[in-house]
Amino acid sequence: MDIRRLLSDSLSLAFANQPDAIAVTVGEQDYTYRDLYEQSQSIAAYLREQGLKPGERVAIFMENSWPIVPSIFGVLYAGGVFLVINHLTKAHKLAYILQDSGAQFLLSDAVVAGQFLPVLSQCEELRAVIYAGATLAADCHKPLVPLASVLSVPVVSEVKPLRINLDLAALIYTSGSTGDPKGVMMTHANMVFTCDSLIEYLRLDASARILCFLPLAFDYGLYQILMAVRLGARLIVCKSFAFPAQVFNEINRTQASVFPGVPTVFSTLIGIHHKTPLCFPSVTRVTNTAAALPPEYVPILKTIFPNALIYKMYGLTECKRVSYLEPEDAERFPTSVGKAIPGTQVFILDENRQALGPNQMGTLYVRGAHVMQGYWNKPQETAKMLVKDLIPGENILCAQDQFMLDEWGNLYFCGRVDDIIKSRGEKVSPVEVENVLYRIPGVREAAVLGIDDPLEGQTIKAFVAIDADSGLDEKKIRQFCTAHLENFMVPKVVEIRESLPKTDSNKISKKDLRS
Amino acid sequence: MTANSAREQLRQFILNNYLFTDEQSALADDASFLDNGILDSMGILELIDFLDETFNVKVAGDELVPENLDSINSVLKFLATKN
Repeated sequence: MDIRRLLSDSLSLAFANQPDAIAVTVGEQDYTYRDLYEQSQSIAAYLREQGLKPGERVAIFMENSWPIVPSIFGVLYAGGVFLVINHLTKAHKLAYILQDSGAQFLLSDAVVAGQFLPVLSQCEELRAVIYAGATLAADCHKPLVPLASVLSVPVVSEVKPLRINLDLAALIYTSGSTGDPKGVMMTHANMVFTCDSLIEYLRLDASARILCFLPLAFDYGLYQILMAVRLGARLIVCKSFAFPAQVFNEINRTQASVFPGVPTVFSTLIGIHHKTPLCFPSVTRVTNTAAALPPEYVPILKTIFPNALIYKMYGLTECKRVSYLEPEDAERFPTSVGKAIPGTQVFILDENRQALGPNQMGTLYVRGAHVMQGYWNKPQETAKMLVKDLIPGENILCAQDQFMLDEWGNLYFCGRVDDIIKSRGEKVSPVEVENVLYRIPGVREAAVLGIDDPLEGQTIKAFVAIDADSGLDEKKIRQFCTAHLENFMVPKVVEIRESLPKTDSNKISKKDLRS
Repeated sequence: MTANSAREQLRQFILNNYLFTDEQSALADDASFLDNGILDSMGILELIDFLDETFNVKVAGDELVPENLDSINSVLKFLATKN
């Protein structure tokens, strides 16, 4: 019997059944399931030998590349909990995540040494950095270990995770309404269940060739790896979608069959298609999430991907995915994000937690084995999201989003309950941006809003009040933001005012700024 | 249009819009826009619009590769092939 309770069990099985099948393609380089298994085992053996205990966290801070894949499975084989940090993360936030997670080891790349070296001394629990790429000669507080030296040690006996499926597998950091990112706790059982549910409705099998240019710190990207390994299929990793022609060449060269994207990617694709017609017959699945796919895109995408089923989906990191629209229903329900993913349920409640009927707007609640265990180290914020008293013994997720259900169980998004901004498919906490603005000498007041934008979903606009003699202007403010925030969080527009409007309780009134 | 003035205009565009500085040393001519987090996917699209508006150079779909667009030097080389 094939047992696949843990995420790493899927890799052991794929290695046992088909060691020479290609697991991962990065550019011209192919890696087999043997390569993936052996490198993951070497990383696991090193972590175990260095004293990593079951359940301890290991951070992975790399751009999309080959080493990120064995790093994830290496941590899992060692019995650890992995967290992937976006490689564009700046030093301040990187330090926060390393401290908050209590990461014992950092797996990274010399390319981003400029970000991680300065913060290592602030991370007391961190024991060593294992890095890919060029040799670092830095004088440093922590041991710096080249990944190549870790991989050069052959593994004599298999490193086993010594975990059960109720143990944590990953922390997935997401923006929080208080400004600090929160680590969503996911067990092996959560992630294995979710993988299988996604595979079921996407109708995938071992012949899938899954393209991944989305960042792997984003759960949408991460699950492309997990699904590929779960299926024993092939993953094609690209750095990003910044140079589309490079991605197009990869699709044609590898005959990729699954194309996961977000609206900005599809809009770029359509823009190029109008100049030079595109056609990718190898692609059989196109998926969209993160922001609504405009209905008018669908017929054009059907021309670009003539053999593909097109899926509209909706989700949040706290349960990974909520719903999907059957491709065959796309024309019948053009504005819906579909129904609950297989094996889960959704319902709509009013503010008194009373059930609402069809076509009534209320808050979305989600139940299923995909619901997170909570936020790492944040019991109060966890209590706001996980509701205990609706069904005895069960945690139900309150999505903080307003939705409607129709008579057929299809969901319609109506707006957010909190003021998190969604820009380019990424969640942006206004407070996180405001906190950076307040660190600029001369800024007295700051407020950040999402302004509706057809392409980005929302763009980020900052309002600031500054001291007259501060010498600040829009350019200087954006420069500071660029140095301290990921690109997608930097305000597109900064409006400088004498002072910002206040509510009766003397808080900055975002409602007045919006009007 | 001399190569120098194109270089200046291009550098000014990147410095002003993505690095928000006049400090010339902030941008090396051979620095990868993507690897250094100077531009992301949206930034590359804005760069393409800039090349169209400023130099009347249209970038075709199959030209959207790093060899043409990932640093000041690679963009200048690409512009030269278009003239």
